[in-house]
Amino acid sequence: MPDDSKIAPSDDPVNRRQFFLKLGLGSLGIAAAGTVAFAYQYLEPNVLYEPSPVVNVGKPERYAPNSVTLDVNSGIYIIHSQEGFFSLTAVCTHLGCLTTWQPEINMITCPCHGSKFNRDGVVVEGPAPKPLPWLKMWMNDDGELMVDRATKVAPEKEYVRA
Amino acid sequence: MENPGQDEPDGPIRNPLAALARWGAELKHMSRDRVREPQLGFRYTWYLGALTLGTFTIQLTTGLLLMLYYHPSIPQAYADMKNLQFVVSSGFFLRNLHRWSAQAMVLLVFIHMAKVFYRGAFRPPRELNWVVGSTLLLLTLLLSYTGYLLPWDQTSYWGVTVGSSIMASVPIIGEKLRFVLLGGNTVNANALLRFYVLHAVILPLSVIALIGIHMWRLHQDGGMYSPDSDKSEKTES
Repeated sequence: MPDDSKIAPSDDPVNRRQFFLKLGLGSLGIAAAGTVAFAYQYLEPNVLYEPSPVVNVGKPERYAPNSVTLDVNSGIYIIHSQEGFFSLTAVCTHLGCLTTWQPEINMITCPCHGSKFNRDGVVVEGPAPKPLPWLKMWMNDDGELMVDRATKVAPEKEYVRA
Repeated sequence: MENPGQDEPDGPIRNPLAALARWGAELKHMSRDRVREPQLGFRYTWYLGALTLGTFTIQLTTGLLLMLYYHPSIPQAYADMKNLQFVVSSGFFLRNLHRWSAQAMVLLVFIHMAKVFYRGAFRPPRELNWVVGSTLLLLTLLLSYTGYLLPWDQTSYWGVTVGSSIMASVPIIGEKLRFVLLGGNTVNANALLRFYVLHAVILPLSVIALIGIHMWRLHQDGGMYSPDSDKSEKTES
């Protein structure tokens, strides 16, 4: 093994061997960080084949006055109240189960852990920490009700009138 | 030094029976070359580690066989599970063996942990093995959880919906964590495939590797713990 002190002066803070060691370790570190970043990006899908968040729930005439209708496929309620139409998510705010409307007790109930909500989504009972969010609803040019499941609106403010 | 089953030291083994004996001796190296008899008795360990390993072996065998009929895709998963249950010869037996052995494994690994804890067997020099064992407990629970989704029935769908919602409540990174685990916003085709890969490849391989380390440390740390070995260690020092 060559004597390092003869190759590089001892007052030099970084000799050649240390330089290459640091260069090597640094490159490995950068490569490792890059691998983690690439792995994370790979695991996060860029395109999802999930259904569109915007759903067409049909003509307002389908919904009788003072009724709550669950659309099972899209997981939303369409409520025809005296103030007008509005939509609630049917996905429980506790742990994501699909709730159901129970006309006998006039309440929305969750089968998983027993949360109860009133017609306006307000928590009446159970472990649910938050009210059911109101979803953006509007009427399209053909006079059909549209709901955007990805956009929440302030409760008890926006009603759609037929 | 004695070399059981070997005709001469370092020589080739010609006698098949001797080879078998040699193999047996190699297996015994899981424990120390000298083991105190009480350590091997039922009352010290209740054989919990060995029983857990036994259930894991059943899981590997039955799981491998179930993989031959199961497709991890939404149109097929539920039907394949039903097929295994009602159509495939012995499918009913294998699937239920996998299911019940999984329950037993979770239970056994938990009792194993409790036993080690209440015995104080986690104390030095066995503290690293305690950490390895705790990781194995965690991996067992993850195996159980990922396997839960695969039948793709109502229970498993909502069970995993609830479980992943719990994960989403982790501060700051929770939502991202769920998105990456499920490969989407809801429990869907991507989630089924990801859970399958975790359940059938990543987690079992991790468990096998950690069991290896667990056994090696057991050997290095002086074999099974018993209160008697505590006494003898004290008198020696």
